[in-house]
Amino acid sequence: MYQIKINGMPFSVPEGSTILEAARFAGIKIPTLCFLKDLNEIGACRVCVVEVKGARSLVAACVHPVNEGMEIFTNTPRVIESRKTTLQLLLSVHDRKCLSCVRNGTCELQQLCAELGVDIDDKLDGEKPASVPDTSTAHLVRNNAKCVLCRRCVAACERQHVAVIGANNRGFDTQIGCAFNLPLAEVSCVSCGQCIVSCPTGALVERDQTAELLAAINDPEKYVVVQTAPSIRATLGECFDMPVGTNVKGKMVAALRRLGVDKVFDTDFGADLTIMEEAHEFIHRVKTGGVLPMITSCSPGWVKFCEHYFPDLLPNVSTCKSPQQMTGAMLKTWYAEKNGIDPKNIVSVSIMPCTAKKFEIDREDQDAAGDGIQDVDIVLTTREIGRLLKQCNIDFVHLPDEEFDPAMGISTGAGAIFGATGGVMEAALRTAADTIFGAPLENIEYHEVRGTQDYKEATYNFDGLEVKVAVVSGLENANTLLEKVRAGESDCQFIEIMCCPGGCVNGGGQPTQPAEVRNFTDLKALRAKALYEEDENLPFRKSHESPIIKQVYEEYLQAPGSHIAHQILHTTFVKRSKTVQL
Amino acid sequence: MQKRISTLPFQGTKEQQEQLFKVIDENGGKNGSVMPILQKAQEIYGYLPIEVQTMIAEKMDVPLEEIYGVSTFYSLFALTPKGKYNVSVCMGTACYVKGAADVLGKICEVLGIQPEECTQDGKFSITECRCIGACGLAPVMTVNDDVYGRVSVSEVEDILSKYE
Ligand code: SF4
Ligand code: SF4
Ligand code: SF4
Ligand code: FES
Ligand code: FES
Repeated sequence: MYQIKINGMPFSVPEGSTILEAARFAGIKIPTLCFLKDLNEIGACRVCVVEVKGARSLVAACVHPVNEGMEIFTNTPRVIESRKTTLQLLLSVHDRKCLSCVRNGTCELQQLCAELGVDIDDKLDGEKPASVPDTSTAHLVRNNAKCVLCRRCVAACERQHVAVIGANNRGFDTQIGCAFNLPLAEVSCVSCGQCIVSCPTGALVERDQTAELLAAINDPEKYVVVQTAPSIRATLGECFDMPVGTNVKGKMVAALRRLGVDKVFDTDFGADLTIMEEAHEFIHRVKTGGVLPMITSCSPGWVKFCEHYFPDLLPNVSTCKSPQQMTGAMLKTWYAEKNGIDPKNIVSVSIMPCTAKKFEIDREDQDAAGDGIQDVDIVLTTREIGRLLKQCNIDFVHLPDEEFDPAMGISTGAGAIFGATGGVMEAALRTAADTIFGAPLENIEYHEVRGTQDYKEATYNFDGLEVKVAVVSGLENANTLLEKVRAGESDCQFIEIMCCPGGCVNGGGQPTQPAEVRNFTDLKALRAKALYEEDENLPFRKSHESPIIKQVYEEYLQAPGSHIAHQILHTTFVKRSKTVQL
Repeated sequence: MQKRISTLPFQGTKEQQEQLFKVIDENGGKNGSVMPILQKAQEIYGYLPIEVQTMIAEKMDVPLEEIYGVSTFYSLFALTPKGKYNVSVCMGTACYVKGAADVLGKICEVLGIQPEECTQDGKFSITECRCIGACGLAPVMTVNDDVYGRVSVSEVEDILSKYE
């Protein structure tokens, strides 16, 4: 421990702390802008400056370590003036239209200005760098007129081993973008949205589809069905200032109903279906000498990454559609037929933690009902549905708990844990084990694959059959493992890959949390906990025990891996290139 | 100003590519550093278009954006080719005061291109430069090694016509 003084008060703080951490320890939240712990530690923006006795210039608290006897001052006039000037300079080239900005109220720049009393309409008004918003992709919009060049998005994209965005040109002309100013749609972006959740301002936002949903609801011809992904119940509360990790399943369903949609279903149903098909596919591959290791396919950002960066490993990827697409496919085939609804009149909407899902719905071979009728028509992120519910004046926090609609609203604990890294693997093992043993097993928790570590590995013995599995999340970790697979150095048979670090609970469509929270809380773990608790409390915890899953196989799909199951629930992939096609 | 990006078709040859790959190998290949390789690449091709940067990115296994970021950060790198005749206008203080901007504007108008661009036929390119030490002759323009002093807007067409 070091003995230091902050604003004259003595504290003992752990060695190796930064000034930012030490001050936090003392109950002082030094403001930051560019700093994201373990991700973007570049000390560039100078918002976090403090005075240190004996140091001539102000130091950046986010990266500067404390040492024995250090005397730190966090609120001298010099510090405050410096922070204000920094913000004023940022504002002088900023498109300061807060009222119409999607981040109004959640913007870190705005928050800093409010805290420091910097007038957003300050007199400093210079020439602004010219920029044109990039609207080329299905999943996001970049508007550099709101960018503060903190480079948090760049670091996030690098961490995903994609690195298609960076700072180009210099000085006043610096802009974040792609090589040769190419539109994002023309480079190997995987649509993960990690750049968006890292951005402190309105420079990066998902492509907003809330108006499309409202239009569908108000069209009497349309039968609007919403499904919500497993992780949404663990995060949507954050949009309404509820504590991180609150499970708001009941309120979420109630809120969607009050928007006026016709049915509210659970993507967990599709997750259960995915497990039926995936576990069957895995056993089939093992028994028939098929391509191994088999890799899960529920994360469309990961699938796109594989297509761009490891096209040679596409035969390893399970042919199963994602839970979103399976739910949508069953909606427009089985459910439509059963209820005498023309699938053309169904608007299939999903609420997702993920921006890559916006890309996924337009992929080839995602139209089980034929005629180019998409399995899913509209994807809203958690953030978008949060905004829409507010816009529609729904009193979320005070709503009663309601249940999903029957049919595709019944699900199992196996489906629930899909939202956390390791969840798909655990769910698949529960079903695969019972299938291989031919009897229901008592012990169904696979703790080795849980948790937010980068890489998890375990070996299980199922009736004499050794199965080695691995679980990774975040594409940098995926890349490391896949290099091994490619080189023939991995002896795993089954791999779960989630595009986003920590899985869907930390997806690119989840509510943004300011750096102040991100840097000092394990969001992934808190949100995942809500899902594992839900699993424990559900009557059915194995996908194949779900009554609705039994029913759809009896009535419609026959058996996992059947011809019709393949037509409706499986898909194909395409090879893409890592570099620009000239 | 942001660096201009070439819109002219790429004319690289097999020999140039071999030279480039040799340079990358000699400079550490995958683990090499980008700066010296970009410098050599510019010597080989005269500029760094997307085709050249893509070759470097693939061969070094680094993201294209990283290479592009470096190439736009340092002023010594050009993303557009020089023409057979490079017309350069001094933008130093003395020349500027004596109307260099008008001269430059006229040159752009006559050639139909902007600074840092090259004409479709590859003949002319335009650059702006800093003081070349001939302030007494301000405003100054050069065409390759030929220096023209006290240039007036009305003389521009005549000067350029010598290089048809
Ligand atoms: S990015 Fe922030 S500061 Fe800028 S307009 Fe939007 S809300 Fe206001
Ligand atoms: S969506 Fe993902 S891959 Fe695309 S730019 Fe953002 S971080 Fe990079
Ligand atoms: S887009 Fe957002 S995250 Fe990226 S540099 Fe600009 S402000 Fe920072
Ligand atoms: S320099 Fe510390 S937050 Fe940016
Ligand atoms: S300013 Fe042009 S030559 Fe010196």
